[in-house]
Amino acid sequence: MRLELKVNGRDVVREVKPQELLLDFLRESLGLTGAKRSCDVQVCGACTVLVDGLAVSSCCFLAAHANGREVTTIEGLAERKEFAQLEEAFTRHAALQCGFCTPGMLLTVSSLLESGELGSEEQIKESLDGNLCRCTGYRGIVDAVADLAGIA
Amino acid sequence: MTTLAGETTTRAQIGVSRPRRDAREKLRGQAQFVGDMLVPRMLHGRVLRSPIAHGRIVSIDTSAAEAMPGVVCVLTGADLQDIDPYYGHAIKDRPIIAIDKVRFHGEPVAAVAAETPAAAAAAVDAIVVEYEELPAIADVGQATAPGAPLVTDREAKPGLFHGLGELEPRDRNVCYRYRLDKGEVEAVFAHADIVVEGEYEFPAVYQYAMETHTVIAQVEGDEISLWANCQHPFLVRAEIADLFRVPVANVRIQVPYLGGGFGSKSYTKMEPLTVALARKAGRPVKIQNRVGESMVTTRRHNMRCRMRTAATADGRLLAREVTALFDTGAYADNGPRVVATAGDAAPGPYRWEAYRVDVSCVYTNLAPAGSYRAFGATHMQWIGESQVDEVARRAGVDRVEIRRRNLLTPGEEVRMDGKPLDADLVGDVEKVAEAVGWEEPKPPLVGRGVSVGVLAAGAHPVSSAVCRLEADGRVVVLVGTTEMGQGSRTALAQIAAEELGIDSERVTVRGADTRFTPFDRSTGASRSTTVAGLAVQRAAADIREQLERIAGTSDIDPDDYLALMRKHFGFAGGELIGRGEVAPVGSGSYAEGPVFWEVCVGAAEVEVDPDTGFVRVRRTATVADVGRAINPQLIERQDEGATLQGIGNALFEEMVYKEGMLLNDTLLDYRVPSFTDVPESMTCLIVENEDGPGPYGAKGCGEGALAAVPGAIVNALADAGVPMNELPLTPERVWRRIQELKKEGKWQQ
Ligand code: FES
Ligand code: FES
Repeated sequence: MRLELKVNGRDVVREVKPQELLLDFLRESLGLTGAKRSCDVQVCGACTVLVDGLAVSSCCFLAAHANGREVTTIEGLAERKEFAQLEEAFTRHAALQCGFCTPGMLLTVSSLLESGELGSEEQIKESLDGNLCRCTGYRGIVDAVADLAGIA
Repeated sequence: MTTLAGETTTRAQIGVSRPRRDAREKLRGQAQFVGDMLVPRMLHGRVLRSPIAHGRIVSIDTSAAEAMPGVVCVLTGADLQDIDPYYGHAIKDRPIIAIDKVRFHGEPVAAVAAETPAAAAAAVDAIVVEYEELPAIADVGQATAPGAPLVTDREAKPGLFHGLGELEPRDRNVCYRYRLDKGEVEAVFAHADIVVEGEYEFPAVYQYAMETHTVIAQVEGDEISLWANCQHPFLVRAEIADLFRVPVANVRIQVPYLGGGFGSKSYTKMEPLTVALARKAGRPVKIQNRVGESMVTTRRHNMRCRMRTAATADGRLLAREVTALFDTGAYADNGPRVVATAGDAAPGPYRWEAYRVDVSCVYTNLAPAGSYRAFGATHMQWIGESQVDEVARRAGVDRVEIRRRNLLTPGEEVRMDGKPLDADLVGDVEKVAEAVGWEEPKPPLVGRGVSVGVLAAGAHPVSSAVCRLEADGRVVVLVGTTEMGQGSRTALAQIAAEELGIDSERVTVRGADTRFTPFDRSTGASRSTTVAGLAVQRAAADIREQLERIAGTSDIDPDDYLALMRKHFGFAGGELIGRGEVAPVGSGSYAEGPVFWEVCVGAAEVEVDPDTGFVRVRRTATVADVGRAINPQLIERQDEGATLQGIGNALFEEMVYKEGMLLNDTLLDYRVPSFTDVPESMTCLIVENEDGPGPYGAKGCGEGALAAVPGAIVNALADAGVPMNELPLTPERVWRRIQELKKEGKWQQ
């Protein structure tokens, strides 16, 4: 089937199979490998991308469902002005190690910051609970996000 | 040690938390992992895995699969008749792909190479295999019972890298046994006032590196190229060369970033199968495991242990006796080393009159078990430490005080041969106890615990490194260390920069390419900063010496480097090449082994809900006794990550099997710690006594916290009233234990 969508601000038109996953479409057809596959069952968040500004697990999201919508991957987020703050905070707190969870983590964080829902450290932990990180122990990520959300 | 140049500089580059060199690439999604890589003409591989735990393969029909569109070939055991297809760095007991028999649920039986992942997956479904099912040996008890059937009846050859001296032949299902014997154990127990004893169970655990095992292989004549997410590329290279009968130098392995390792990518994993498939296909092939496949590729050993500890009435520790059976699954993998390390950790770092340790590595029909961060020590420490706590309770001595009285002090013997203790354990324990509020009043249902141990670290100390000072004044470090998240590229750049007196931003460290990178044994056992770091330090110092020779004086400044190079080469090109090596020669750490004793000290405060059995970790503290911190922030992050893994291991992580079949093979059913599991307070204390054998007195870290945390939690829970002998401490288990305690009238709260 024919898929028309916007990816990172650019128009994309492609043929896809109806059962094709958004993750595979992004990685294989568009070469956007920032989104990662790990658990494959919507638990880890490594494959997170934004669809119309909302964080979704692209491993469990059909490419066809993105038809007519706007998809943002880490490659697109990194081009935005506000990315500089995310990058600075995550770097300063060493909120990454292997980096495999990092793109998905940043996309989730950016959508949460946009929604303005992060009022406390508890809220940060609960809102990010759908993104796993096996390396960091989460402390650095919580600190970086608290800084970004302006929580003392 | 080569600190010639180091002594003249101001040490501006080490001891400071320089930002990670890979942060920008990783944050922007540009960092390449093997799964992101494409090789021209590359095919996609997919593996058919055994649906049963044990059986004879009666027939495999691949004809339908081979006829499917996009399929290039199907590999089975029949394709390996021209080589000796058994491998294993410790014991060569494992076929590249099942031959005649399957020995675990998930063992590769056939593999397809096809133009697309979808075509490969469809073809796998079209392969027809007939099995004659055999009874599965599902646990170590069954495996060691008299008359038990054998998991394997082959006589396997020793592997290239077992590092365990003379390997005794397999004794039925026991593939390796490690024993320690000191003093008159029987006599001491007979006269002891206090004897604590028990039986303990430790679960199988999945390392869950978020990036699964992924390999691209290409075979052209007798040249084999691999892009693999392996921790030990040089050992994999040797095993591949050995298996496929090509010269070592013909095997080229390139290692990009790893999405976590934690031991799961140590030694050889999916590489032989991918090479065999690429060899048959005549084109490059990529195999990328799914999580369920990586769970049956390697895991942490489950274990059954019996331990007893003897002490005097006033709490002087006298003797310990330990027997344990480690379930290594159908193939040994790193089981022998895990068992030996567990044996070394089993007595605990106390002043014993006598101990006896007898640990066996046992074959069963589970998936093979290998390395996972702090192996051996994590298995043993929670048990030994819970017995020390019990001795303290019976003797009426504070649990920190009993350790103060009995712990080894620096310079004392840890194990009968080998390096004496090189750390201040008493000081470390006092620090973590204070950090969790040891002396503070305790609310009801809250308990606190400490845990202390040491782990033989550093592996075999062979590393080399090359530093290239380029004509633009920048430095490139060639070193085999794998960046798997620990921050090695950042720390090693800091070490080279320190030696040369330049900013670490001007130093680049890349991943290994075995064609160009000099040999490094491995990335693991907390060895990279210490051993590879020393090689890098020596290589950088070698450049510095060359510059001093060119200048004819040691009084040179980094600003002079370019002018000196111009003088030497007579133009704006050329490069100075420095070489550094570490080998087990001479005396001291590098000859005796272990390279250092990694300190495993932690404390925890927990709260238990008696109605649900739910245990919440309120505070933790761990010690990174690193000798000298190269990058303090990276050290803290390492310990925090290890702490969370320790919490998972202690509270809920467990691979569940039924008759050899893995039941929870997805992240839906196998839970790992998430954000909401982070304790309210998590303290990492960095201790710097400059007592390590690495650069500037550094020694490794990153594993000790994982070994320490489960013991601290178990001891804290016992302090809250619930002593436990089995991990993980799931709500159900804890609740049942509380009911038992109530029945026995021992529930205090
Ligand atoms: S890979 Fe999509 S949530 Fe884990
Ligand atoms: S940094 Fe490795 S999984 Fe998060």
